[in-house]
Amino acid sequence: MEVTQVLLNAQSIDGTVRKNAEESLKQFQEQNLPGFLLSLSGELANEEKPVETRKLAGLILKNALDAKEQPRKFELVQRWLSLDSNAKSQIKACLLKTLSSPVSDARSTASQVIAKVAGIELPQKQWPELIGSLLSNVHQLPAHAKQATLETLGYLCEEVSPDVIDQDQVNKILTAVVQGMSASERNTDVRLAATRALYNALGFAQANFSNDMERDYIMRVVCEATLSPEVRIRQAAFECLVSISSTYYEKLAPYIQDIFNITAKAVREDEEPVALQAIEFWSSICDEEIDILEEYGGDFTGDSDIPCFYFIKQALPALVPMLLEMLLKQEEDQDLDEGAWNIAMAGGTCLGLVARTVGDDIVPLVVPFIEENITKPDWRQREAATYAFGSILEGPSPEKLIPLVNAALTFMLSALNKDPNSHVKDTTAWTLGRIFEFLHGSAVDSPIFTQANCQQIVTVLLQSMKDTPNVAEKACGALYFLAQGYEEVGPSSPLTPFFQEIVQSLLTVTHREDAGESRLRTAAYETLNEVVRCSTDETAPLVLQLVPVIMMELHNTLEGQKLSSDEREKQSELQGLLCGCLQVIIQKLGSSEPTKYVFMRYADQIMGLFLRVFACRSATVHEEAMLAIGALAYATGPDFAKYMPEFYRYLEMGLQNFEEYQVCAVTVGVVGDISRALEEKIVPYCDGIMTQLLKNLSSNQLHRSVKPPIFSCFGDIALAVGEYFEKYLMWAMSALQRAAELSTHAAGDDELTEYRNSLRNGILEAYSGIFQGFKNSPKTHLLIPYAPHVLQFLDGIYVEKDMDDVVMKTAIGVLGDLADTLGSPAATLIQQSLSSKDFLNECLSSEDHMIKESAEWAKLAISRAISV
Amino acid sequence: MAPHDLRRPFKRAAITDQQKRRELSLLRQAQNRREAQQQARCLASSILSLQSPVPESEPEQSDIELENASETEQESGALSKDLDVRRASKLRGPEARNWFARQLMLPEWMIDVPDRLSQDWYVFARPAGKRCFVVSSNGTTVSRQRNGSILHHFPSALPAGAKTRDGSGSAQSYCILDCIFHELDQTYYVIDIVCWNGYSLYDCTAEFRFYWLNSKLEESAYTGVMPYVKDGLLFYNKHAHYQTGNTPLVLVWKDEDCSQYVIDTDSKGEIPSQQQVVLELQDDRKLVTSDEPPVLFGCLDGDIIEKSGLHSGNLLRFAISDGGLSFVDGKLEKADLNYLGKANRARAFADTYSKVLFQFMVRHSPLKIDDLLASINSPDDQENNSSDIEMLLNAPSRVTTV
Repeated sequence: MEVTQVLLNAQSIDGTVRKNAEESLKQFQEQNLPGFLLSLSGELANEEKPVETRKLAGLILKNALDAKEQPRKFELVQRWLSLDSNAKSQIKACLLKTLSSPVSDARSTASQVIAKVAGIELPQKQWPELIGSLLSNVHQLPAHAKQATLETLGYLCEEVSPDVIDQDQVNKILTAVVQGMSASERNTDVRLAATRALYNALGFAQANFSNDMERDYIMRVVCEATLSPEVRIRQAAFECLVSISSTYYEKLAPYIQDIFNITAKAVREDEEPVALQAIEFWSSICDEEIDILEEYGGDFTGDSDIPCFYFIKQALPALVPMLLEMLLKQEEDQDLDEGAWNIAMAGGTCLGLVARTVGDDIVPLVVPFIEENITKPDWRQREAATYAFGSILEGPSPEKLIPLVNAALTFMLSALNKDPNSHVKDTTAWTLGRIFEFLHGSAVDSPIFTQANCQQIVTVLLQSMKDTPNVAEKACGALYFLAQGYEEVGPSSPLTPFFQEIVQSLLTVTHREDAGESRLRTAAYETLNEVVRCSTDETAPLVLQLVPVIMMELHNTLEGQKLSSDEREKQSELQGLLCGCLQVIIQKLGSSEPTKYVFMRYADQIMGLFLRVFACRSATVHEEAMLAIGALAYATGPDFAKYMPEFYRYLEMGLQNFEEYQVCAVTVGVVGDISRALEEKIVPYCDGIMTQLLKNLSSNQLHRSVKPPIFSCFGDIALAVGEYFEKYLMWAMSALQRAAELSTHAAGDDELTEYRNSLRNGILEAYSGIFQGFKNSPKTHLLIPYAPHVLQFLDGIYVEKDMDDVVMKTAIGVLGDLADTLGSPAATLIQQSLSSKDFLNECLSSEDHMIKESAEWAKLAISRAISV
Repeated sequence: MAPHDLRRPFKRAAITDQQKRRELSLLRQAQNRREAQQQARCLASSILSLQSPVPESEPEQSDIELENASETEQESGALSKDLDVRRASKLRGPEARNWFARQLMLPEWMIDVPDRLSQDWYVFARPAGKRCFVVSSNGTTVSRQRNGSILHHFPSALPAGAKTRDGSGSAQSYCILDCIFHELDQTYYVIDIVCWNGYSLYDCTAEFRFYWLNSKLEESAYTGVMPYVKDGLLFYNKHAHYQTGNTPLVLVWKDEDCSQYVIDTDSKGEIPSQQQVVLELQDDRKLVTSDEPPVLFGCLDGDIIEKSGLHSGNLLRFAISDGGLSFVDGKLEKADLNYLGKANRARAFADTYSKVLFQFMVRHSPLKIDDLLASINSPDDQENNSSDIEMLLNAPSRVTTV
């Protein structure tokens, strides 16, 4: 096959030609994979071929080795590994040869493909000579090949995990890379490739960063590269510094003064891409210190892994003035551009992080800047002053901030409506939002929002909601936090007198012609949601009045015919907002009996609307509508059964949606709601639901986070249907046992531990529901064979000592449920278990009220089981 | 290896409302799940706590209909004794009373006739007497009154209700019956079953619980001769589960012909000239009913609180003065209250809204038996498919006619 022509055709502007070419490539691949890959690699290596076909050949080759979706990726890896080794050797030879091609696109493509092959083969201990041969290239070849080889090493470090390469080779790679970066390297391309390669190789350098001499050398070379005459090298070097700041924070102390000098110079004098990285270095240090201080509460007892070095605190007197200076470099209209990111924005963001890191100490450094600039005629100065104020509102103590806020509030409110500049108004609204977010609410002693100023605050915010979309959006946000402050206010809220006016204004905003800009419509609905959530009984009648209003809005979205894909997307988004709003309203009104009864008048119509929202799409289910239905099912109770015949297929569709796993997860939660609502009336749908849930569990395509809730859902169903669960018992129990085994395999990082705990919790909730579901049925004996396993599982969890409080509570509850349901036949087993002794005692003396309660229950149930 | 994106969120809150909606949903679901589990468990733990009643009222041997079994000496093993001590230490005095006071399903007063009365509701004549739980477990039987305090303590023929000579009574067996103690013939009349022989009927509909009681609403309940003194009619919605606390799915109705106690009497057994109500005083001086959520009746003067040394949580007695109760859109708007003093110490709860309203109606424009019978015979009721819930919705709006 003449692959060159086909590859050319595959890039033709003529659709038919392109399609035919793609078809024949596909056929070739299917009929003879080794031949296909060989000819692609031959094409890539052939200096006589056109650059476009060489590039495309490399790209197709790369796509034959890797894919985004895990199952597909796994399949491709297996296919490559099972390929004839002769063919593989030839392909790899072609790839390596291409690295010294004079054509840069060919080299660059080959680098990426080599890294993909390495990603597959190195973990299998194959292609052992690769790194050696790459390294020998670095020392011998002409500059362009050297550059390609360094680039390959960089990609390789990105693809392969550090434990796959032994330290000796790591050392050699780092030596080659750092040498390539050093000032003695005359070729800019080589030095750039080396600097970028180091960025990826840093993760391999644990051992080297622990060695003072090696670390000093690497740091020196990186710092030197930040002074390179080539801007791309300076930028790449700062990227390395940013990465080092998070990976090797604890090694930075000897260098921090120099780094400060370098970054300060770059921030003030260098080109923007470099300056942004230099600011990012300090933001990243803040991230680290915030994490450390949060985790250990600033209280070092010597058991923390990494101590806080207080770099930010030390740099404060120089760092803060530098950042304040940056605030004055705003771009015109940056508030209107969603993708904007400039030095003023980066500086402001960093200032906010610094405030969170050091707290009160930042206040005296920023206040003079605010005072000096906030009334200046130049909008940049007023905006910068306001932004600085807004930035420091999170971190310092309320005692320090509230006097400032009280002094500034009237000025801010007036600026929000009267400042001639839109930037200033935008930032003022944002700052007011931050004031309400951090300094207002039941946790704060002296209220910002008082009898004296409440009318003015509300009036100003509502007025501001008529401003340009970006300002109005921020005003909505401020209102959101104002409402949030009254989340737990009791029967009467200070916002009650304004409730109707606020709701009215928000609805007006949603109808603005320009509500699609700056997220304004979304912000208005979200604020409405929060206002509803935080409303009290006093305003319940007004929330009820909102129901038909929002229903009508949702109804209107269903009227459009023959929508373009763009319109369809907008429709779906709006439906999401409205369903979200209804969900919040349903949850609010459903939580108290009197309002629930009145609300239920609308249940049929609302459900009808949700079903029509579902019908707008063919293959997927609307997540927000699904969430809202969960709330509706909870409010409706057993009567929800009447909606099931029509709703069921969407439920099933939601459970089948592996791609959008959030939708699947939400649907699983709704199955739980429906089980509790319908109880035994869910039986007719159980076969379908259980089958789908079991399928989901065994699928490796479904995101793992959905699996624990599926187990919990088993418990919900079992509790709802009682002994009818018998027909699923065997399947459910074997799935639970398999998962239980998985969840006890120790080791792993925090994230894995967290997942294992959520898995355990799901499994335990399933057991709990099943035991309680079978209680008092004549079929409890069916559960006896599973008792030893369940008890072993509980003992195992106890022994492993890495459970969280939630698991502890659920686990000890399961012990009680088992004893309660099985009674005396399980007495001996229970008495033999560790759980019934040490574990139970530990829970009984727990500080956690919920754990203690579950333990009391377990103790009673066990006593009863063994006293017979 | 292109430069890495380093944009951070700018002037944005860290969490979106959508994420918040998801999280709040999960929170609600977790809470609902916990409640469902708790309810399932609660049943058994109530029994467990009951096994060792705390002697707080004179344990009198009542001569009751349930057959007496002969007393045997304490013969339970060391273990269960151990447990008894623990339980006793856990639930004692006011705490025990408090707990039991919340276990009964309490009817609301019928202030309007529900739709589909003849199809969806059972009725029977309520025996006059004290409402109580009769609980048998571990070889003894205890009755507890509405306020949680122990009424009697006796052996019975109920499963697990008495010690047996061979000790064969299973500890897992127990019964909870919802009864009325009819003083005159010292008999407990069973009006509902919560648990029988270890089987929970909590989550069964009334239809199922009443398989033994299938009288539809007919005049016989009203006019018929019963072996006991009648005290009004009790209506049970067929679909209602046994739910603790006040429920609109069980209703009580009375008139002079089927009850001696239609209008509330005072402590001397006399009908006061003005209707009296018991309300709870809250922190903010508000006076509320025992409904969930409470219905607000008014606010108490700060002077009175101070002078009488009242605290939030106190149950207080008021007379409804000439101003009466006024309603706007079916909601109570104003009550003309006159403070009388603290309520009887035995009271566990304030009055419910429906009770106050029923008493108010009885004094002004009572709901008559003819109204009830008319609703049974009305033809459109037969076709009316409106659900029970909708029926209840209508209730507040008709109150305006009072």
